[in-house]
Amino acid sequence: MNSSKRMLTILLAAAALQWMSCKPKGASNAAAGGSAEKAYVAPGKYDEFYNFVSGGFSGQMSVYGLPSGRLFRVIPVFSVDPEKGWGYSEESKPMLMTSNGFVPWDDLHHISFSQTNGEIDGRWTFGNANNTPRVARIDNTTFRTAEIIELPNSAGNHSSPFITENSEYLVAGTRFSVPIGDNTDVPISSYKENFKGTISFISIAKEGDMDIAFQLLLPGVNFDLSRAGKGPSHGWFFFSCYNSEQANTLLEVNASQRDKDFILAVNWKKAEEYLKAGKGIKQKVRYAHNKWDEKTHTAKHEIRTEVTVLDPAILKDICYFIPCPKSPHGCDTDPTGEYIVGSGKLAAVIPVFSFTKIQKAIADKKYDGEFGGIPVINEAALHGEVQKPGLGPLHTEFDGNGNAYTSFFVSSEIVKWNVKDLKVLDRVPTYYSIGHLSIPGGDTRKPWGKYVVAYNKITKDRYLPTGPELTQSAQIFDISGDKMQLILDFPTIGEPHYAGSMPASLIKGKSVKIYKIDENKHPYVAKGEKESKVVREGNKIHVYMTSIRSHFAPDNIEGIKLGDEVYFHVTNLEQDWDVPHGFAVKGALNAELLIMPGETSTLKWVPEKTGVYPFYCTDFCSALHQEMQGYIRVSPAGSNVPLTFSLGKQGADAAEKPASK
Amino acid sequence: MKKMLIVFSFLAFVYACGNQSSSNASTGSETTSPATTENGNPSYDPERGAGKFTNVEVKPELDKAMAEAGLKVYDVKCGSCHKLTDEKLVGPGWKGVTTRHKPEWIMNFVTNVDEMLDKDPKAMAQLEICLVRMPNQNLTDDDARHVYEFMRKNDGVK
Repeated sequence: MNSSKRMLTILLAAAALQWMSCKPKGASNAAAGGSAEKAYVAPGKYDEFYNFVSGGFSGQMSVYGLPSGRLFRVIPVFSVDPEKGWGYSEESKPMLMTSNGFVPWDDLHHISFSQTNGEIDGRWTFGNANNTPRVARIDNTTFRTAEIIELPNSAGNHSSPFITENSEYLVAGTRFSVPIGDNTDVPISSYKENFKGTISFISIAKEGDMDIAFQLLLPGVNFDLSRAGKGPSHGWFFFSCYNSEQANTLLEVNASQRDKDFILAVNWKKAEEYLKAGKGIKQKVRYAHNKWDEKTHTAKHEIRTEVTVLDPAILKDICYFIPCPKSPHGCDTDPTGEYIVGSGKLAAVIPVFSFTKIQKAIADKKYDGEFGGIPVINEAALHGEVQKPGLGPLHTEFDGNGNAYTSFFVSSEIVKWNVKDLKVLDRVPTYYSIGHLSIPGGDTRKPWGKYVVAYNKITKDRYLPTGPELTQSAQIFDISGDKMQLILDFPTIGEPHYAGSMPASLIKGKSVKIYKIDENKHPYVAKGEKESKVVREGNKIHVYMTSIRSHFAPDNIEGIKLGDEVYFHVTNLEQDWDVPHGFAVKGALNAELLIMPGETSTLKWVPEKTGVYPFYCTDFCSALHQEMQGYIRVSPAGSNVPLTFSLGKQGADAAEKPASK
Repeated sequence: MKKMLIVFSFLAFVYACGNQSSSNASTGSETTSPATTENGNPSYDPERGAGKFTNVEVKPELDKAMAEAGLKVYDVKCGSCHKLTDEKLVGPGWKGVTTRHKPEWIMNFVTNVDEMLDKDPKAMAQLEICLVRMPNQNLTDDDARHVYEFMRKNDGVK
């Protein structure tokens, strides 16, 4: 063994010498030569960062490692997920309920992490549903969606779920203004009179529970993106908005008429004061609140019916508009909390606003009139502009060393610039058409300025072709030096919009390995095979089933009749990490189950034909996984086959002694 | 030529990162048959097995309360695969198990399954018969002791 190892070493050393003498050429080799080792994480080694990436139109959130780009998990959030039974098991269906009923597929755009003192604390990850407006909370110990809250008076929940520095609030601003209130059946052309925008402030309780603290009623425009203030600007929120033209058709042209749209500055501490003083108006609404219970392994869906609305056109000192050129998209505050970067997506400059100057302008009442009853601050708020940065600036992140990194969709590049003196320092191309970008902690007071990841909309010739539909991609750049350096690109699920990264050390030690069977409070749990049974309640059959490597108990069931609804409540008795079991029964119209160790999960099955149906474990569990199976017999309605169930009894023996308990 | 370059660069890549992983591999193989254990004891004791239990005090008579608690653990975490007779189900039947193994071995095995299955000769021999790795059922130290007492009861200790 030793001598062969030595041989190999010599060979490899020779290869290394050969390799070093050939320098890679051309831009496409940039990642192959010299910098690839920066993204290399050896087999069995951990990545330095978790990277939570929005799945866009997939409705899910994916988790990668940085710098390797390895995909670890897709967390089902707003869409059903056959891989994990999300939205298929009886227990998870309530999570996707809304005031409109069950919504199986939505569009997740942005990621936020819980923060303490302006730093990522690792407790929760949040995501927004754009289409049917909702915000979800993911538990970072289980990498599962723990809670989803719907937003009333909202449409197109795009400027969400951005968070304050002590996780006081998440915000949810409307992309689409819509008619709100009792009469919503109005002509579309009456946008200017009848359409309103809202911004919801969602409070987060100690244990994570979300609640709508209040909503701000705002003029009809499109709210786009947002960031909370930090440090000195804590207590404020900043939103980009476009369509100040208030167009209701052909927005591509009609919402691009004015030279300037707005950044909306919101003094939420002031809003809190008004709320406390009872200035809010309680409104009857309907919205869903869904929560997962770790002990019953079941979600609970409820409809809430009231929300409190504050009107900043009346309560004058909550909101201020700041003119910002050309349909601003990104609206990002730097780690010091002093600078707010607006990115007009049709502009050729990046305006940077100063929080101090905004405060002074407000104190001096330097307004240029009002828009929709809200004062417009004049030019006095501007810190300065980055000149000729590129075309189509979208989003900005920060490295904690005074530098900003802005993505440019049209010119397909990342541009690094200095926040204070506004000078461009470096630029790198992305492949192609970058949307969001993300630096670990790059939206907080404490960034880890080691990498910036570009999330690209178009990949075209970057990967092997896969027909008309191509993957989107992420590209990692090392930013530890003066120059940005591409080190890796990797394909992503869905369409990544925003993403966030945090040091793995913040959460990896807290990861749940199993659910303790002793703590399982599922109403249909079977704690041990002794408790496995089949119970008839009218036409409902409850199968209390257990699974362990590698059999089900019971695995022979008879006495089911046509017209019965069968509920397989499968408890995974394993108490070891990484040993899920699956469950599938032939012909079930509702897919399969995947059950974690110690968990109970339920599959509903309504057989439509008589016969004997096999069921089996779908997750390879042991050398005898192929033996993990059973049969269930379905007889005609009115048949007198008795209800029996058994495990391990052969033929006549089983028939003689029906194991009814 | 281009293909060669790719092959070479791949090999070089493997080499560059190979040092660490190969040293890991060799440490791994060293620990499988150490001459002495970490606390300086002589070589591996196959009667005791690998794990935290070095000396379990067992009274001649049965501790009924412990055996009762052990039965509860058995029902939830063990009974799916182990019968109380000598019949093999997924794992071996428990009849006589306390006469075949020392308490330390049993308690180490049920709490430290993976290491035992990887290096203990008796555990490895049993795996060759059963071919299903026993799940680590996350028994607490007390659970393990209680289960052992229940095994004694099953073996006729009064």
